[in-house]
Amino acid sequence: MNGKKKTVNVSELSSVTVRFAGDSGDGIQLVGSQFANATAVAGNDLSTLPDYPAEIRAPAGSLAGVSGFQISFGDDSVMTPGNKPNVLVAMNPAALAVNLKSLDKGSVIIANSDAFAQASLEKAGYKTNPLEDGTLANYRVIAVPANALTENALKDSGLLKPQVLKCKNFYMLGILFWMYGLPLGPTKERIDAKFGKTPALAAANFKALEAGYDYAETTELFDARFQTRKSAVAPGKYRNLTGNEAAAYALITAAKLLKKKLFYGSYPITPASEILHTLSKHRANDVVVFQAEDEIAAMCATVGAAFAGELAATGTSGPGLSLKIEAIGLGVITELPMVIVNVQRGGPSTGLPTKTEQSDLLQAIYGRHGESPLAVLAASSPADCFTTTLEAARLAVKYMTPVIVLSNSYLSNGSEPFRIPKLSELPKFDLPPLPAPEAFKPYQRDPVTLARPWAWPGLKGYEHRIGGLEKAEGTGAISYDPENHQKMTDIRAAKIAGIAREIPPTRVTGPEAGELLVLGWGSTYGAIAEAMGEARKAGLTVSSAHIRNLWPLPPDLGGILKGFRKVLLPEENSGQLRLLLRSEYLVEPLGLNKVQGQPLNSDEILAKIREVLGK
Amino acid sequence: MEIKLTAKDFSSNLPVKWCPGCGDFAILNMMQKVLANMGLPHEKYAVISGIGCSSRFPYYVNTYGFHSIHGRAAAVATGVKLSNPELAVWVITGDGDGLSIGGNHMMHAIRRNIGLKIVLFNNRIYALTKGQASPTTEPGTKTKSTPAGSIDYPFNPARFAVGLDCTFVARGIDNDIAGTTAILERAARHNGTTFVEIFQKCVPFSDKEFDPLKDPATREDVLLRVEHGKPLVYGVKKDKGIVFRGFKPEVVTFEPGQVPAEVAVYDETNAEMAYLISGFSQPKLPVPVGVFRSTDKPSFEQLYYDQVKHVGDTKEHELETLLSGPDAWEIK
Repeated sequence: MNGKKKTVNVSELSSVTVRFAGDSGDGIQLVGSQFANATAVAGNDLSTLPDYPAEIRAPAGSLAGVSGFQISFGDDSVMTPGNKPNVLVAMNPAALAVNLKSLDKGSVIIANSDAFAQASLEKAGYKTNPLEDGTLANYRVIAVPANALTENALKDSGLLKPQVLKCKNFYMLGILFWMYGLPLGPTKERIDAKFGKTPALAAANFKALEAGYDYAETTELFDARFQTRKSAVAPGKYRNLTGNEAAAYALITAAKLLKKKLFYGSYPITPASEILHTLSKHRANDVVVFQAEDEIAAMCATVGAAFAGELAATGTSGPGLSLKIEAIGLGVITELPMVIVNVQRGGPSTGLPTKTEQSDLLQAIYGRHGESPLAVLAASSPADCFTTTLEAARLAVKYMTPVIVLSNSYLSNGSEPFRIPKLSELPKFDLPPLPAPEAFKPYQRDPVTLARPWAWPGLKGYEHRIGGLEKAEGTGAISYDPENHQKMTDIRAAKIAGIAREIPPTRVTGPEAGELLVLGWGSTYGAIAEAMGEARKAGLTVSSAHIRNLWPLPPDLGGILKGFRKVLLPEENSGQLRLLLRSEYLVEPLGLNKVQGQPLNSDEILAKIREVLGK
Repeated sequence: MEIKLTAKDFSSNLPVKWCPGCGDFAILNMMQKVLANMGLPHEKYAVISGIGCSSRFPYYVNTYGFHSIHGRAAAVATGVKLSNPELAVWVITGDGDGLSIGGNHMMHAIRRNIGLKIVLFNNRIYALTKGQASPTTEPGTKTKSTPAGSIDYPFNPARFAVGLDCTFVARGIDNDIAGTTAILERAARHNGTTFVEIFQKCVPFSDKEFDPLKDPATREDVLLRVEHGKPLVYGVKKDKGIVFRGFKPEVVTFEPGQVPAEVAVYDETNAEMAYLISGFSQPKLPVPVGVFRSTDKPSFEQLYYDQVKHVGDTKEHELETLLSGPDAWEIK
């Protein structure tokens, strides 16, 4: 370092989007999450999204092996991980080649120029070096020889060269810390915790981070640094959670509120496995985690745990949900409470295992043989996976029913700050009343909720038998009586329909009636909210609403839809909610449908709003 | 407190809907007696079944019961047992339910050594669906789905379980009340997975299947009653024994009462012996019944709850502490 200080301009921005990209072995997810935590501690709102290949280690330097981590941070306007990065950190030519098309002209590219050697260039499909041949003339390119600089910074570390070079991601991260004025201290603690078992590596990574920071401060490559406007979020304690982590913590919370064990039966599947991993860490907190032999066993064990009287849950993704369906039907007819978290991914079949979609909606609502109703909720953001999963558990035990939570790859891997609730802020959990043993009948129902009582093995005097055969109303004995089957079918449907009474009024943002309503569900929440913000800035009159309860639907929804001349329904499927709304309310919403494994973004939604309004 | 219960206490008083003469009646009677003798109250039992004639079983015992779906009894029961290890969890299944559609769950339950008492009623046929070949149907058997005779090689259920290192494997016969009751009582007291195969008569579809093993006049000449620590001797006159020449079993005959030293003494803790014996079949060798394997190994639920005390997040946390994790920050 030459120690020369120079004056740089500090500009204030409402939000910034940064994308880290490199080989899947480059530690991209690690530095991305460190950066996210640092921006959060500095008081930003944020939203992140990792984008990793399905292969664990695709060939080094190949286009298929590029791993990405995108973060948008700043003030309250941050609702999504951002459409287009303002800054791309490219660790190699392949990372640049894959991501260049998503950059606007004028964006900043920070590249590790040491990785742009001939062989790597060829693997990325470049004939000449794009850092030098004018390809990037319209971008602000900052070429950093990160290998050499990291080696120099760590020459006294005592580590071997391959270990030293692994630290170059932290060197690049240091540059970003300087650009956005982030403090290094809190990250040192995190690095120490992360590499706790090998202090030498912890020290080297932090030293690389510091060296990158100093390099940015002293070098003449950088003429600008930025400060994001801080978020005006509510006071409280926060942590950064992915959607999968949030779902896992919601399940633990629900069990604690019920004073029961949580039983989580699951089979590994992308992108739901992180729920299994998170819960596995907390087994001492009355969390029973069972990794089953297959998806079917995971679901059946969950049904068994519900029968045994614990809070039972499972998590899976599309193909796994298909396998679980029969046993979910068993949960429906035995009227046992359970939560099924379905982290949707691109389908059909193996489809796009690491990519996002909203295409399991109709499967969740209707995808079982027989008349087999259950409740379906969808989470709208990573942190909302907590609220939605907790609500699913509350409804499951109150109404004695399986409840499906729809998340998706985008929510499950994305993260945002989650305000840790106080115990007093959490909803109350009610079980159906359990009569005295002599008055107990397995299928005698609560007159309001129609839920049957829950009596589990171990409770004296309540011994009873249940199963998949049709039950006689009241006694629960096997019944083939035609009238009884009709009656039970109607009761099961009425019980689920009655959950509508639990749904709060749908919030319409903007005029309550008028020209255009943009209606969303699930993971499109952030993109729709951002698009609405832009639309209002542009003086367009448009309203929006977002629903969590997909089945039963909110009781006021039909009335709201009919108050607008047009309804636009953006979905990451071919129009599944649209089909449902047509049949339920005889309305004709317009669709904005994208099935590319990528989330809808606010630009696409805004463009459609303009098209619909003709403005 | 000692609990005195009788078999009658374990009858649910529901009309039993098996065909007249079905072997299931005898097994039900034996089971009700065994459950009554365990010193556990009704509410501590969960009897879980899949689909099939045998799987109607839970309705007829006065305990907690779950008649689940085809093949999935072991998986449902795993959720019950792991949630509440204090329960005595019995799995009632059949050859189709437990070894065909539910083969995977059966295999993994045994592999884990989870404390499930599995009783597999083997009638060598799909009876409830009215007579198709099952995975234990003998080759050549004509059924509705195999009108020219079955060409499938059948499973030997006991050998399947031994092969999976099941810690308790036994075989009984529905009409052998004393022998099979003794097996079920031992199973009830075993720690870990128990697998009891019971040869069971199906009147409409496999009526004659086990006749040679049941005729009081001749059955002892084809049945080998295996007992731990006792020589492998059989025959109406107790004049035949089993000798192992290397891994090859042979039948030797001798004067009754004069058992040659070369006749093998059965050791139920020996997995290899259990593998050999469970493979015996007619006409060359007698059909063995009794406890083939019994060995001690910590059960899945023991290992699970022990491990929870010693690894990972070992502390019981207040909810807010748990949710905060190590990375929380405060916004004022």
